[in-house]
Amino acid sequence: MNTGLPLLSLLVWTPVLGGVWVLFAGDRQAGTARYLSLFVATLTFIISALLYLRFDLQNPGMQFIELRSWISAFNINYHLGIDGISLLMILLNTFITLLVVIASWDVIEVKVSQFMAAFLILEGLMNGVFVSLDTILFYVFWEALLIPMFLIIGIWGGPRRVYATIKFFLYTFLGSVFMLVALLYLYFQSGTFSILELYDLPLGLTEQVLIFIAFLLAFAVKVPMWPVHTWLPDAHVEAPTAGSVVLAAVMLKLGGYGLLRFSLPITPDASAALAEFMIVLSLIAVVYIGFVALVQMDMKKLIAYSSISHMGFVTLGLFAAFVINEKTANAGAAIMGIEGGMMQMISHGFISGALFLCVGVMYDRMHSRQISDYGGVVNTMPVFAALMMLFALANSGLPGTSGFVGEFLVIISSFQASPWIAICAAITLILGAAYTLWMYKRVIFGPVTNDEVAELKDINGREKLVLGILAIAVLLFGIWPAPIFEIMHATIEQLYTHMLTGKAG
Amino acid sequence: MFNDLQTLCLVIVLAPLAGALLAGLGGGILGRAGAHTVTILGVLVATICSFVVFKQVIVDGMPPADFTVYEWLSSGNFSLQVGFLIDPLTVTMMSVVTFVSLMIHVYTIGYMHDDPGYTRFFSYISLFTFAMLMLVMANNFMQLFFGWEAVGVVSYLLIGFWYQRESAIFANLKAFLVNRVGDFGFLIGIAAVLMYFNSLDYADVFAGAPDLAGQQITLYGTEVWSVMTFICICLFIGAMGKSAQVPLHVWLPDSMEGPTPISALIHAATMVTAGIFMVARMSPLFEFSETALNFVMFIGAVTALFMGLLGLVQNDIKRVIAYSTLSQLGYMTVALGASAYAAAIFHLATHAFFKALLFLAAGSVIIGMHHEQDMRKMGGLYRYMPVTWICCFLGTLALIGFPGTSGFFSKDMIIEAVHLSTLPAAGFAYWSLVIGVIVTALYSFRLFFMTFHGSERMDRDTWEHIHESPAVVWVPLCALAIPSIFIGLFLVGPMLFENYFAGSILVQEQHNVLATLGEDYHGPWGLIVHSFTSPMILLCMATGIFLAWIGYLKQPDLPGKLAGWLKWPYRVLVNKYGFDAFNQIIFAGGARKLGALLWQIGDVKLIDGLVVNGTALTVRWFSGVIRHLQTGYLYHYAFAMIIGLVFLLVFFVHRIGFAGLTP
Repeated sequence: MNTGLPLLSLLVWTPVLGGVWVLFAGDRQAGTARYLSLFVATLTFIISALLYLRFDLQNPGMQFIELRSWISAFNINYHLGIDGISLLMILLNTFITLLVVIASWDVIEVKVSQFMAAFLILEGLMNGVFVSLDTILFYVFWEALLIPMFLIIGIWGGPRRVYATIKFFLYTFLGSVFMLVALLYLYFQSGTFSILELYDLPLGLTEQVLIFIAFLLAFAVKVPMWPVHTWLPDAHVEAPTAGSVVLAAVMLKLGGYGLLRFSLPITPDASAALAEFMIVLSLIAVVYIGFVALVQMDMKKLIAYSSISHMGFVTLGLFAAFVINEKTANAGAAIMGIEGGMMQMISHGFISGALFLCVGVMYDRMHSRQISDYGGVVNTMPVFAALMMLFALANSGLPGTSGFVGEFLVIISSFQASPWIAICAAITLILGAAYTLWMYKRVIFGPVTNDEVAELKDINGREKLVLGILAIAVLLFGIWPAPIFEIMHATIEQLYTHMLTGKAG
Repeated sequence: MFNDLQTLCLVIVLAPLAGALLAGLGGGILGRAGAHTVTILGVLVATICSFVVFKQVIVDGMPPADFTVYEWLSSGNFSLQVGFLIDPLTVTMMSVVTFVSLMIHVYTIGYMHDDPGYTRFFSYISLFTFAMLMLVMANNFMQLFFGWEAVGVVSYLLIGFWYQRESAIFANLKAFLVNRVGDFGFLIGIAAVLMYFNSLDYADVFAGAPDLAGQQITLYGTEVWSVMTFICICLFIGAMGKSAQVPLHVWLPDSMEGPTPISALIHAATMVTAGIFMVARMSPLFEFSETALNFVMFIGAVTALFMGLLGLVQNDIKRVIAYSTLSQLGYMTVALGASAYAAAIFHLATHAFFKALLFLAAGSVIIGMHHEQDMRKMGGLYRYMPVTWICCFLGTLALIGFPGTSGFFSKDMIIEAVHLSTLPAAGFAYWSLVIGVIVTALYSFRLFFMTFHGSERMDRDTWEHIHESPAVVWVPLCALAIPSIFIGLFLVGPMLFENYFAGSILVQEQHNVLATLGEDYHGPWGLIVHSFTSPMILLCMATGIFLAWIGYLKQPDLPGKLAGWLKWPYRVLVNKYGFDAFNQIIFAGGARKLGALLWQIGDVKLIDGLVVNGTALTVRWFSGVIRHLQTGYLYHYAFAMIIGLVFLLVFFVHRIGFAGLTP
């Protein structure tokens, strides 16, 4: 706001236009496309870093606001702004995209410029979702970002990519249609598409419940929550490595972000009324999916299921807050649950991204994702094995890694909602370790099982760089998560107060 | 920023970490000698500094210090910090941990000499020292949990150190998962602590404990528990995992797949005592729940006796010691249950020395025998390995509690303390421990005789190469043998009967069995004399030794015959009471079956088959009816949705919209 530079617009349009640029400029020369993409992704990351440096941590409201009329007849505005929640998501997005560009450097050999462009445009559109303060603008970004992901899986994906893309597209599209209906309904009630104004719109409980359900269909698919999760394993299995990374690390967070931006503040009474239902769904995700992950034979599927299980902690943290408020009125613990959920999203971004990259590293060499095709990789790829060990442990929620922080906070705060919630959630301690480390054991440990493993080459400098950066992030935010909490704390405190101030009248 | 003590504490923690990182990340550059130099230097610094702090606290009587290093995070209105609590209990643990660790670092130079993972190994054991120090020095539950899990992970890495061995990577996964079961309980306990004390700092929690003593928690229906009982039992489940108490003991014997220095460092002297330490640290909580204390005592007693019995039928030299460790941990746990926390810590300390000694002696034997661990193929080794033989003999004496040795003081005091306890489980516990003395003496001397005496049963090739181990191996043995014998003599008085643990361990008046014992205490020599004047324990011990002498020196064919006569009990012991089979079938197998079921039925059949693809099929059937609508193109489906949407919109505008738009 104070700089004159429209930082948020830059954040959205730099990668989008940059992507178009890459598309045209890099068409002939794969090398040009790569360096251009790296430049654009770096630039975007720097913009987001600037945003962080200028962000006022004490201010719980929207910052860097940009407001221009877009379609004045319907009062639709180009309205941008960020708070602590969006800022974290943006940082995660720009960080992961930068890594993905580096990680795909020479892995992708066909249609390089299109591939890179798709990721840059996707990055911009996702930033668009995170900065929109107008529901229609939000919806446009929300739907538009399906297209690049659709193309990424559909063009560079595996053999069953058509089934996977259609499933992915229909699932998410179906969900978001209901959201649009809800948004339009809200417009007709209030005459505004401004998200912030909707926060103060009084709504009856029945209305709220219907709107909540409409929102939920859109967001639950993205999270994904049980039982609308089955698109994810298919999409991951077929997606190219980079696609899986962005999908898991950033796109899934759109669901959690939507719940925080729309469901909790716009329909707080319905959220409270349905909190227990949401908690049950979250716990099913944690436990049921944990068991399912245990028996997967495909590494990517296993990590996909593990993602679903971990995202259960996000929704658990958000909705346990309502029950905690009801039971003990301990605001501190309730906020801890929500912040734990947020932290879980960020951390899952690093860890799932890293694990998918690890599978990608092996896939590039062996062209198989089947656990049974591996065994004894540590003998030929010791550096890789060490890095993957770290990520596997982080995925099991080991203290000292970022994976611990969110789960820990959600479990210890949800105990105040009910001991049984905490007990169910804590089963992940055993299950998470079991499926992750059992996979690790079968793939990495043991004697060399076949000739192909015997000829594996350890990771090269570029792979070391990408995995190394992620390893540092995982450790840094495990040892010192305070900075992340500083960014979101003011915003979430205000959100919590708002959530409890019912609007049903 | 930090005062002297704080700086010292940071050095103690960070020096081993720095060593671990240097050896781990820079192992290739440093080389083997470089790696062991930096790690040993790190641990040496930590040991010296620990002794300095020990002197300040214990000798100079410095008051406990509780300080924050940095804020980990602040969320809600909670601030979680990384900080240290330095009091007599902490410094005792710090000194034991760093000293034993130092000995093991030195020993490792010899033991792992030819191993390709040499630098990695040093990195791990230094990392372990760091984690263990974080655990014992914590001043809050979050950090305690960090250390708790971190030692678990390093133990996982170390058990699976020889990652090519199927048995090793099976054992390490098993160890980690079983520990996680304990951690599960531990975490729930921490959550309950946060709820009822609204803080995770020891200081707040301990101060608030008396006020919570009467409070209750409803678990389901009308089932109410005392809050303290709930918290303590949850925390103790964590201790059962780490300190390998029945039924979470199953990982410890398997963990012997790791290299021997690890068995000594982690699975005897330090990590497994974390649970004992934790309960002692939490004495201000446990003291308010007699139910929990009873539970603790009962579990400990079962472990002490029944795990000792398993030691009788093992033939792997390390496994015998492993079961002995389980049994000794049971003794400590019983002491905790009897509120004789000081006795538990005392036994922990003495056990750390003599058990590390026994393991390292076993390791020395294993080196001498060229990695043969089966005692049936040993015998008569005293001729070839005199230093190891004497050290092992001293360790064995300490283990069985021979009058005057360190184990004598610590174990006798536990048995006496339990005898005085008035809790319902005390009777059972007392007799378990007394019978346990016979069993301990029997399996210890069985090991000793089978290994060092009797006929030489090794094959000729091995026999030709038997040799005493090099100095880096036997010097640590001797260094550990000294405290194994003498430390009890000096520590028994101050640790148990003076105000050694003042301020760090709380015992309620009505539970204070050690105070009662203290009334009759007339110095360590008095205890030795007493053991001869009322010689029940001594006779038990003599019985055990005598049986071992008969069975393994005098009549070596007797045990085999005995096993033949007592087929059924023998099989129970050989099968380790069936715990492993049960876990393998019910838990490991059950979880996989359940997972497959949920996946195939829930995800594939119901959600995908019925709902998702079912919907798609319905659409296809429906469009088959209206043939020309059936295209199969994605955008047509999407288009259909948009049409539906428009219908809905019209509906809204028509029904509600106008009212909303035109006020």
